[in-house]
Amino acid sequence: MSNRFFGRPKMPQRPPEERIRDFYEVPLGLPEWAAVEEAKRCLQCKNPQCVKGCPVEIDIPGFVGLLAQGKFDAAIAKIKEKNSLPAICGRVCPQEDQCEVQCVLGKKGQPIAIGYLERFLADYERDRGIQPPPLPPSRNRKVAVIGSGPAGLTCAGDLAKMGYQVTIFEALHAPGGVLIYGIPEFRLPKSIVAQEVHYVQSLGVEIQVSRVIGKTYTLDDLRDAGYEAFFIGTGAGLPYFLDVPGENLNGIYSANEFLTRSNLMKAYLFPKFDTPIKIGQRVAVIGGGNVAMDSARTALRLGAEEVCLVYRRTKKEMPARVEEVERAEEEGVNCIILTNPVRFVGNDNGWVTGIECIQMELGEPDESGRRRPVPVPGSEFVIPIDTVVVAIGQGPNPLFLESVSGLALNRKGYIVADPETGATSLRGVFAGGDIVTGAATVISAMGAGKKAARAIERFLEAPDSFPQWR
Amino acid sequence: MARILRKESLAPQIKLMVVDAPWVARKARAGQFVVLRITEQGERIPLTIADFDPLSGTVTIIFQEVGKSTMLLGTLEEGDEILDFVGPLGREIEERNFGHVVCVGGGVGIAPTYPKAKALKEKGNRITSIIGARTRTMLFWEDKMREVSDELFVTTDDGSYGEKGFVTQVLERILKSEKVNLVIAVGPVIMMKMVSVITKPHGVPTLVSLNPIMVDGTGMCGCCRVTVGGKCKFTCVDGPVFDGHKVNFDELLARQRIYLEEEQRALELWIAEKAKEEASRV
Repeated sequence: MSNRFFGRPKMPQRPPEERIRDFYEVPLGLPEWAAVEEAKRCLQCKNPQCVKGCPVEIDIPGFVGLLAQGKFDAAIAKIKEKNSLPAICGRVCPQEDQCEVQCVLGKKGQPIAIGYLERFLADYERDRGIQPPPLPPSRNRKVAVIGSGPAGLTCAGDLAKMGYQVTIFEALHAPGGVLIYGIPEFRLPKSIVAQEVHYVQSLGVEIQVSRVIGKTYTLDDLRDAGYEAFFIGTGAGLPYFLDVPGENLNGIYSANEFLTRSNLMKAYLFPKFDTPIKIGQRVAVIGGGNVAMDSARTALRLGAEEVCLVYRRTKKEMPARVEEVERAEEEGVNCIILTNPVRFVGNDNGWVTGIECIQMELGEPDESGRRRPVPVPGSEFVIPIDTVVVAIGQGPNPLFLESVSGLALNRKGYIVADPETGATSLRGVFAGGDIVTGAATVISAMGAGKKAARAIERFLEAPDSFPQWR
Repeated sequence: MARILRKESLAPQIKLMVVDAPWVARKARAGQFVVLRITEQGERIPLTIADFDPLSGTVTIIFQEVGKSTMLLGTLEEGDEILDFVGPLGREIEERNFGHVVCVGGGVGIAPTYPKAKALKEKGNRITSIIGARTRTMLFWEDKMREVSDELFVTTDDGSYGEKGFVTQVLERILKSEKVNLVIAVGPVIMMKMVSVITKPHGVPTLVSLNPIMVDGTGMCGCCRVTVGGKCKFTCVDGPVFDGHKVNFDELLARQRIYLEEEQRALELWIAEKAKEEASRV
């Protein structure tokens, strides 16, 4: 049934000049015929490599085969056996590094557009109204999930499907974690996040927002309230700064603040929404990851005339997805590479007016395998700007971690957890996602949540199978 | 959701609300704050806890109506619900016997001074309090502050009540004549700065409670960053109480002004909207 007439489809997307004026989604999704034709290209390998690249082990040939036959409902059901959040994964997963990179067709030509197909099916289902699957009989045991990001939502959804009583505690006023405060509307519409959250709730998961674990309740309070197992998915929410002079000048944001104001608080709709955001004519975003791209593209949409990206290595080393860098450049973002800020320059009123930078060149590879950027002496210059977004990464937020004694952390402050089970040094306490790995992808967090859900079931049914806690 | 049990007007534009929020009240300590949100379109507003009662599960907040969000909060009545009420956030003050503690509260800052004086009084400290306001009608909680103080001084800028002048002149007098082990000051940035300047030559440890702009209040955004002793600190998780001798107050003053234009615009729009509503009702 393989399709020999069409190659891999291009994702239809809105033209740059149109899309930079608003926050609506940029890629439009494949039309039905294109999705079916693409699915027909799948070779249905006996020993599928793509599945090995998927952190949540979706039966990819299975769902693609059903899609090729036009059995859309069965296809989406196949995805949902493993993945509760397909509309999100179809949009933000780096498929090019995961399932698609493994696809046999990619060896000689173009791999199957697995991500586009996942998104097509999720959107198809959403248009028709999502039905929760039949639930198993309830097991009267309570599990607490801390944080409602991708790791927490997945873990909670899977545990609910096993019949456990699950409560998610979320510090912010809206569930979704990085999906709601971090990733912009134009890349992941918030209505989709809300719908996926609603789906998890329809499985019987209770979500308590505006409850900060470590402050409002401690882990011991939750134990006293009858929770028997815990999943910590608090993410990497602590913004890093450059620690150079002038960084507290007005007009300098962390990417977390900039994106939270825009995404969670909807500052792009000010004054209809009350939270303001200040955007200058010339904006510099510092960093080269997906968060930097999101910040730069948000700045354009907020009305900046010029947006540049300041990155200390070259485009090749940028951690952002190629697709995201391309979209940012299409929209007019100017990449200033091999450049590193050394200090911020301000005016008498305390507002930033420029970044003093130094030129870099690439030296020997460092521990990340990328060539280390080295400053070129005497090459300092000033980029005049009026707004800066610092997007150089995030670390573990210590708020919750400080409130627990006996929880083993690594050198960088992340939780030490068994990669297979998420088990931590504390009995009955599991962890996964960015709080264990450091800032990574939505899907790897979901994979960790999934593994932890399985391990939590094992712990609740056979606690002795965790010898480390005996 | 947190229900407003009691509402009181303490002074022009200064209101008190007792809120039913047992999840905050049970954990709250002196020095901590809450973040609240009133509508789905609303901002997250940080407010220092003015009083709390773990038994009844209530938290008292006191706020000055200075912008759209605080004015909107002021329109809520007893029985109304506050959409989000998160806390307790930030670090508590160290509660122990220091000896002689002087608590200085300026303006609406009298409210967050109270729980600190109360907690330290309970630890056996001798408490001298100095509270000040612009004018007599703006002064509140004199009685409550007297309850938790061994001695209380009151100042008004215009001399309409108590001593004419600023809280700092009383503080200076006390520092010259008595041994003081700790000064705690809460109020306008400029007042906290002056207090810190005055106590420094006397070598008296001084704590100030900062009120920068915040968004999440949980250490996630860094909007509330301040320089303390040359290091960058987040007020929401490292504070809000810091060593006044180390705080860069000028930077804090500048950072508080980031959104002045937007705040003004939001307020004007809101007032115009209210006026239109009133007109259509007539």
